[in-house]
Amino acid sequence: MKTLDRLRTGMSRDRVFDFMMPTTGLEVDVSHGILLYLEGVTVSFDGFKAIDNLNLYLEAGELRCIIGPNGAGKTTMMDIITGKTRPQRGSVHFGQNIDLLRLSEPEIAQVGIGRKFQKPTVFESHTVFENLEMAMSGDKRVWPTFRARLNGEQKDQIDKMLETIGLVDQRADTAGSLSHGQKQWLEIGMLLMQDPHLLLVDEPVAGMTHQEMERTADLLTSLAGRHTVVVVEHDMDFVRSIARKVTVLHQGSVLAEGSMEEVQNDRRVVEVYLGG
Amino acid sequence: MGIFNILKGDRGGQLFLAILLVAVLAVPYFSLATSPDSPFHFSIYSVTLLGKYLAFALLAIAVDLAWGYLGILSLGHGAFFALGGYAMGMYLMRQIGDRGVYGNPQLPDFMVFLNWDSLPWFWLGFDMFWFAMLMVALIPGLLALLFGWLAFRSRVTGVYLSIITQALTYALMLAFFRNEMGFGGNNGLTDFKDIIGFSLQSDNTRVALFIATALLLGLGYLACRLIVMSRLGKVAVAIRDAEDRVRFIGYRVEHVKLAIFTFSAVLAGIAGALYVPQVGIINPGEFSPINSIEIVIWVAIGGRATLYGAAAGAILVNYGKSYFTAALPEVWLFALGTLFVLVTLFLPKGIVGVLGGKRAAK
Repeated sequence: MKTLDRLRTGMSRDRVFDFMMPTTGLEVDVSHGILLYLEGVTVSFDGFKAIDNLNLYLEAGELRCIIGPNGAGKTTMMDIITGKTRPQRGSVHFGQNIDLLRLSEPEIAQVGIGRKFQKPTVFESHTVFENLEMAMSGDKRVWPTFRARLNGEQKDQIDKMLETIGLVDQRADTAGSLSHGQKQWLEIGMLLMQDPHLLLVDEPVAGMTHQEMERTADLLTSLAGRHTVVVVEHDMDFVRSIARKVTVLHQGSVLAEGSMEEVQNDRRVVEVYLGG
Repeated sequence: MGIFNILKGDRGGQLFLAILLVAVLAVPYFSLATSPDSPFHFSIYSVTLLGKYLAFALLAIAVDLAWGYLGILSLGHGAFFALGGYAMGMYLMRQIGDRGVYGNPQLPDFMVFLNWDSLPWFWLGFDMFWFAMLMVALIPGLLALLFGWLAFRSRVTGVYLSIITQALTYALMLAFFRNEMGFGGNNGLTDFKDIIGFSLQSDNTRVALFIATALLLGLGYLACRLIVMSRLGKVAVAIRDAEDRVRFIGYRVEHVKLAIFTFSAVLAGIAGALYVPQVGIINPGEFSPINSIEIVIWVAIGGRATLYGAAAGAILVNYGKSYFTAALPEVWLFALGTLFVLVTLFLPKGIVGVLGGKRAAK
């Protein structure tokens, strides 16, 4: 039956064979208003189901917060979207036309999915400016990278980004000398330099001061609309301050979805997570 | 990008190239134009010794490009060096012609000795200089390409990668020791006479070889510097520091590694080809793992990720080696080991890091 199904979808007239689809130079098609489809995704590590039949849809331009207790599968979900982990079952589509399961990590980055790690990872021995320069969208193959020179327009683009993330004064400092919060912003700036459609942000405010947290909240909310932003976060106050729509994960699948208020009043959510 | 742009802000490199230029001008003069009795006379023996150090310096720069900037600690660069050396050695063997002990115009002595009646296919073409020079670059390059493609694609990194590079050079050493490989087995290739028609015994040829080595060292330095200064070089350092992040901003990490590693192997091959006519022999001992480890020690002592530091380290350590192995042969290995431990513990940026190169690690 399974083979037959696959054959049917494979032979349908509005599709080309998978192996003939180009994997580079793709432009995402969001004509149906949905940017990311995760359908029936299952991942297990040695029998433990980290993700169990997960279904998740993200609208283009929305700011989505994902919460859930430890081990709910939040980071694994990000790993799947960015190609670090391959699911055993299910499908992951970016827009109408791009099957993310067929792309490698750099290809996924190239089609417009940026990811911020839990621990800030910036290139510590490069300056802030160089960090942004390397992240800038463009031809990233070996020879073009070797030949690459910054033009005026690109310099302006970097300067503008330095303003957005509030690191204008630190542009010539090495990234290693930045504070924890500044590194987080720089990393978000690096993602934005690629002009991604989808931004995955893993625990952006861990270890930040209250003030830094507020600035991060402003930054993320200002990005929604132009980009689709997914924030995974433990800090409930922070989620409350930015959330429009919240998804609660539990044991690898979606437990509840809705506004913060709805979610907070959901009996099952209260049971597993908020009140216990 | 002009030569001045490449060297902008690289004071160590400017100094290094200036010294090299002075050496290219002064050494021929003091060795050929002064009489042997003059106190300023520079003996041909010293010229050749210096030429050998410069070949090692080029090798050290190649290792520094891969290790200092890309983070690949290769413990097998000696293999690329030796392969380049063998390619040059094969050319020099064919140049001997019928002047060998057995006087066979076609076959090198060791083949006559083994009762071979014709030249193996892989020796064909090595009587032509251009072909041999092509192979000097191509063979180490292709090996690095193949090896790197397999290793980087499966994301082998760190100490595991170092161990396989070590295994690579060890395997090649065992293979080259065998007579049936067709490279002279244990004895290697030696008894060279001419290079492009000039006698290797003549003073002029030896000085010319020294000049060629110095010029190629300078060019190699500039080429590495060009890579390091480009965005590709910045990406390489980024890979060294945070490989996953580079992948997630859309670079093909394995392609970048492959390109730079292969270039580094080609440089090592060229260094080997310059080394062989000056020392007059190439044998499987050059593949031995110890040699490859020694190169890494030169780079660490000189100063990693500076290029000129690696060259300085190679020259200094080898000078020390020449001196100590003659004066106090039994202490040399201990001295080298102690030096390495001390430098790693107290001078993580090597000698050039101490000599005011405060931005050396950049």
